[in-house]
Amino acid sequence: MNELRPREQAPPPQQRRAEMRVRPTGPIVPSANVSGHALMCVIAIMSFLACLTLGGVSMVRATAQSWQSQISREITIQIKPDDGLDMEKALADARDLALTFAGTKSGTIVDRAATARLLEPWLGGGLDLDELPVPRLVVITIDENNPPDFAAMRKALTETIPQAFLDDHRTWVDRLVAMANTTAMIGTGVLMLVFSAMVLTVVFATRGALSGNRHIVEVLHFVGAEAGFVASEFQKHFLRISLKGASAGGLLAALSFAIASVWQSQTLATPETDQATALFGTFSIGYTGYLGIFAIILVIALLTTLTARLTVMRTIYEIDLIRSDPGRTDVFQG
Amino acid sequence: MTRDWAVPLIHFENVGLRYGMGPEILRDLTFDIPRRSFQFLTGPSGAGKTTLLRLLFLSLKPTRGLIRMFDRNISSIPREEFPMLRRRIGIVFQDFRLLDHLTTYENVALPLRVRGKDETTYRSDVLELLKWVGLGERINVLPPVLSGGEKQRAAIARALIDRPEILLADEPTGNVDPPMARRLLNLFLELNRLGTAVVIATHDLSLMDQVEARRMILSQGRLDIYE
Repeated sequence: MNELRPREQAPPPQQRRAEMRVRPTGPIVPSANVSGHALMCVIAIMSFLACLTLGGVSMVRATAQSWQSQISREITIQIKPDDGLDMEKALADARDLALTFAGTKSGTIVDRAATARLLEPWLGGGLDLDELPVPRLVVITIDENNPPDFAAMRKALTETIPQAFLDDHRTWVDRLVAMANTTAMIGTGVLMLVFSAMVLTVVFATRGALSGNRHIVEVLHFVGAEAGFVASEFQKHFLRISLKGASAGGLLAALSFAIASVWQSQTLATPETDQATALFGTFSIGYTGYLGIFAIILVIALLTTLTARLTVMRTIYEIDLIRSDPGRTDVFQG
Repeated sequence: MTRDWAVPLIHFENVGLRYGMGPEILRDLTFDIPRRSFQFLTGPSGAGKTTLLRLLFLSLKPTRGLIRMFDRNISSIPREEFPMLRRRIGIVFQDFRLLDHLTTYENVALPLRVRGKDETTYRSDVLELLKWVGLGERINVLPPVLSGGEKQRAAIARALIDRPEILLADEPTGNVDPPMARRLLNLFLELNRLGTAVVIATHDLSLMDQVEARRMILSQGRLDIYE
């Protein structure tokens, strides 16, 4: 505006300098308002819940896998007493025979005292094993990644010791696998529900927060801003809000797991901890769990930003729609 | 950019507009807005002044008729190009439409900011314009603190900052006292002398009596022009 001349006399230099001082340019979209704070809280809560669910589900999966792996690391050879059978020799032979198979690691004969202890809940204390035909056990640990040929082992055992019976725990393992899978599926279902709720909540909360800023979209549109510029201004604003909210929720969830893990490790062998460990496994979610939390933070931030962009573009589209179809507006009657 | 000065900035031909299935608000409007011209748009309340301004500002599309702006038929311009055309038009809304969280300086600089210009390139222009409209002392003030007249002048400055080819003002003196109205009118006249076409929508007869200018009178949707 070089041609435009001041209408009044120029003020003294000191006053002029004071006049010219302009505050640092503020953001086009106001950085803080009530709906922005509400959205940040909603995002933080949903992020916290999603991260907790993700951690919980990964814990359940790990616990289910550990049940399955513990039982599948062992097989049992059961030898029934019989007339003329030298039980101790049969037990040692069975153990030695089993250990000849590739995939076995070690073998332990459950001794008489240990067998008596096993039966104590049903038969009471002071049990004399010689008076009852009680089967005896050999526990063989196996390489779960490279298990032995159970059929060949069973055949060899039956041929050498007819009273021997090989239990590879398949029935238990199958049941536990089914239970573990069911538990993991339920967990995944819960995770999906929480994620869906999170997506919907974040989308609607973002749209709600944006509706309070529609006048800004209109003014920018009317001063000649292109749709992409308006959308990018709102995107930046909502990216900041969502990163703050999602990080707060995610960090709180990570902190909860870390505190629970520390508590568990410091109270080992107490009844409370044993019970919690039996139910939930260890509270440690590992680096994959923390990576998952980080991924949730990113997903929420992207989701919010994308929703903001789409909503702004839609608002501009609606303004243009009114332009092309005046019947859509009931205001602006001159 | 080369311009044919004989071609009007805006040309309306048999333009009509209705809202939905209602009666026609504007009927058979045929007129030109020449370059560097100054005119009042007047008429009783409800005559369609704001609607006509919205047509001039590309905020509405006519139900029928032809509108040419800057030598282009607006019905054949794609949606994406409208922001570029709007940048050649300055508009002063009746309700100002200043953003309350931005200072007077930031509101006035907004059109330049949305064009992606760096603040250092326009800072002095904005400050100079603010002084020109009498707001040199109010650059860091937020709109809720400004008086009606100050808001009006800030809205005018925002409309002028990018040197539009035409300025549309909707009731620019509706919220100010007569001395301020006179001052604003002088501002529009000075702007017109600098080459901008001006259309002022008003029903303030005393304001119009102060200037010998073209009068476009809307009545029952029809337009009469008194040169």
